[in-house]
Amino acid sequence: MSFLANIFARRQQSSSVAKDRLQILLAHERSSGGESGESDLIRQLHKEIMEVIARHVAVDQDKVQIKVDRGSGCSMLEIDVEVPQELSGKRAS
Amino acid sequence: MSKVLVVTSGKGGVGKTTSTAALGAALAQSGQNVVVVDFDVGLRNLDLVMGAERRVVFDLINVVQGDARLSQALIRDKRCETLSILPASQTRDKDALTSEGVARVMDELREKFDWVICDSPAGIERGAQLAMYHADMAVIVTNPEVSSVRDSDRIIGLLDSKTKKAEQGEKVDKHLLLTRYDPARAARKEMLSVEDVLEILSIPLLGIVPESEDVLKSSNVGAPVTLAAPTSLPARAYFEAARRLSGEKLEVSVPVEKRGFFDWLFKRDA
Repeated sequence: MSFLANIFARRQQSSSVAKDRLQILLAHERSSGGESGESDLIRQLHKEIMEVIARHVAVDQDKVQIKVDRGSGCSMLEIDVEVPQELSGKRAS
Repeated sequence: MSKVLVVTSGKGGVGKTTSTAALGAALAQSGQNVVVVDFDVGLRNLDLVMGAERRVVFDLINVVQGDARLSQALIRDKRCETLSILPASQTRDKDALTSEGVARVMDELREKFDWVICDSPAGIERGAQLAMYHADMAVIVTNPEVSSVRDSDRIIGLLDSKTKKAEQGEKVDKHLLLTRYDPARAARKEMLSVEDVLEILSIPLLGIVPESEDVLKSSNVGAPVTLAAPTSLPARAYFEAARRLSGEKLEVSVPVEKRGFFDWLFKRDA
């Protein structure tokens, strides 16, 4: 039955939708959670990274995304900086 | 060396009180001295689930405020003599619990018992934070369902920042207890699987308690499932979880009913 249902329904399994939604949501909440020590670290990192970037380029506050993914073996720090158009143009030429 | 264990979840209705009673009884049944402490002030239920509701005279708040001695408030279980319960107050509110008073009671409990198991109220407010503050270990009760997993993640964050251990630069030893798990639905991908939840929360697995009629039947009669139906699947899961808490290394398996032909032929209710 489930084999037939899979062929005809062809829809995404609800548990994998749940997992994907949770992973996206929690990655965001862990970085902006507010109370944990981890988010203090993130705020500090965000501030200092912004200061360094601001010395060289004018970047919008919310164009810098910092995330920490907590893993059992290791955690990953992800820094995403969106650079303005003019600068990336200058570098290419 | 006595251990303080908090049973917590953030979300309500996932099985904190049931799990507190079952784990407490399972540890006591192995001969260790156990007290289960209800921190859910104003909405106490641990006494009811454990069948001690008519024996409550004094409660946690009376002891915290010095109106009663600890020995007057402790209720010894009638079925298992190494198991005691310290009930919460039904009439007072959580503000009657002072941090200093709770600290004093926890110290006194540590002297008397091998295990002090704190049943946390739902939520992340003061009551939940008081229940977890003194913990050496935490059992995070989670259902394979999005809102429960999200709240567990939040609670893990609090355990890492708002406990005495965290303040001292140490870590609370955290364990995941997955409850109301339905292996058949997980296999059909209609429910988050054990692996999914572990991948998201990344804390070690203490046990998998399957969805079962025996849990409700036990709370109906006021007994932890490990005492009322010791051979049932949930009871077996709690017994194994208790052995893991005591330090045994046991493989965690998804509990499934193994029925022989004759069991099937003469299908009976436990």
